[in-house]
Amino acid sequence: MEMFIKRLQGFYQYRFLMEQLVAKDIKLKYRRSVLGYLWSILNPLMIMTIMVIVFSNMFRSDIANFPVYLIIGQTLFNFMSESTTQAIVSITGNAALLKKTYVPKYVFTVSKVTSSFVNTLFAMGALIIVFIVCRVTPNVYYILIPFILLQEYVFCLGLGLLLAQGSVFFRDIQHIYAAFITAWMYLTPLFYPITLLPEKLRYLVTRLNPMYFYIAEFRQVVLECRVPDMCLMAAGTAVAGGILVIGTWAFLRTQNKFILYI
Amino acid sequence: MDRDCIIKVKDATVRFNMASEKIDNLKEYFVKLVKRELLFQEFFALQDVSFEVKRGEAWGLVGVNGSGKSTLLKLICGILKPYQGYVEINGSIAPLIELGAGFDGELTATENIYLNGAVLGYSKAFMDSHYDEIVEFAELRDFMNMPIKNYSSGMAARLGFAIATIVRPEILIVDEVLAVGDAAFQEKCQRRMQEMLAGGTTLLFVSHAIEDVRALCDHALWLQKGKMMRKGEVNEVCDAYMRSLGME
Repeated sequence: MEMFIKRLQGFYQYRFLMEQLVAKDIKLKYRRSVLGYLWSILNPLMIMTIMVIVFSNMFRSDIANFPVYLIIGQTLFNFMSESTTQAIVSITGNAALLKKTYVPKYVFTVSKVTSSFVNTLFAMGALIIVFIVCRVTPNVYYILIPFILLQEYVFCLGLGLLLAQGSVFFRDIQHIYAAFITAWMYLTPLFYPITLLPEKLRYLVTRLNPMYFYIAEFRQVVLECRVPDMCLMAAGTAVAGGILVIGTWAFLRTQNKFILYI
Repeated sequence: MDRDCIIKVKDATVRFNMASEKIDNLKEYFVKLVKRELLFQEFFALQDVSFEVKRGEAWGLVGVNGSGKSTLLKLICGILKPYQGYVEINGSIAPLIELGAGFDGELTATENIYLNGAVLGYSKAFMDSHYDEIVEFAELRDFMNMPIKNYSSGMAARLGFAIATIVRPEILIVDEVLAVGDAAFQEKCQRRMQEMLAGGTTLLFVSHAIEDVRALCDHALWLQKGKMMRKGEVNEVCDAYMRSLGME
């Protein structure tokens, strides 16, 4: 317990560093580009448009309000893949700094996931544009959206910490993760309806894929104008909390050895 | 523990067990595991080093390259943890193991001042109020909006030194960092370090310029291959060290 309070104090003491690192990532991402932060909105819009064209002509998807369906999944999934991919190299990439001065190591992982999160908040602009164009009327359940995003943020943080410490010892994780993300993407109903999956696979995806939980919750709020299924919410929260505990535990357990491997 | 004692290192041993090669992929790991070679490459960067530094003392660390001086400093900063023994610190530390560690080349100097201040654990309010002082000391006012990647190493070192010494830390750790600045700036840094010493700051100083060590420090520690050869009064230790190098 004493340990825990000490860590929280450390966290508070280094909040300025956290702010600075997040601000750095965001500033540098679009520095010297003419449109700057607008890219955070334009990029998802353009990708969505292309996917809508491809899927409505080639595969004849019969999902109602397909652009909205698609951009919700795409935005949430991108946040997960971007934040965890960056979190993986957050320790190894800051080796120079970690070797030269004492800074709590989790700061780098947390700041990477947080800057991805801020970026995702910008991308919400694209969502709003699509909602307006597709005439989705806002409803009172939108107040649940911050909670859904928070669930996903906690999930990404836990996964990020777990992967970041793992890749210090086995760099292979960095390379295999790209393939893993691709498989994960196809196993998440981003551009196809969940009913398209064969029954066995559907059973697994709807119970074991956390990204399905978050995306389904979001879609139920926006497209079906209702409170998301309680079991989805419970599962989403439990997975997020569970992975955060595991990730933090693994990270704290191995962090003193990082310096010998980076 | 003695109240006056600001740094206490007792029987500290630092072990690297992968000194000869890093195992950072799975295949190698399993190959070594099967061959039972995993734990057989131990290397002691420091062995049974003990010393105590009292408040206000200035210690010079001398020794040839690779003798463990930087490892010892990292141990004291908390970057490394001892494998055996312990390290006790009673005060705030400003580590200058590398000036401007954490500068990001793409950011401007102003942005880097804030980032570097944050790395050293200062708050935003503190950086706001000391910003001008830092710029003044570094004498780089005309270059504050330039990305650091366009700075020379001397300019970056100036900025780094100015940020790191903006507070009067209780312990100042300096690792061979002043070699890059021009003569005038080196002198300015020496002066600031002497001011700090006069103000009661404890100094740990690594340098290969033995004359600097003699000028700044009152005690010295001589390391060789991770073992402590001698510690004590600065001239005595430096003489012994120079004798071992065959240069008197």
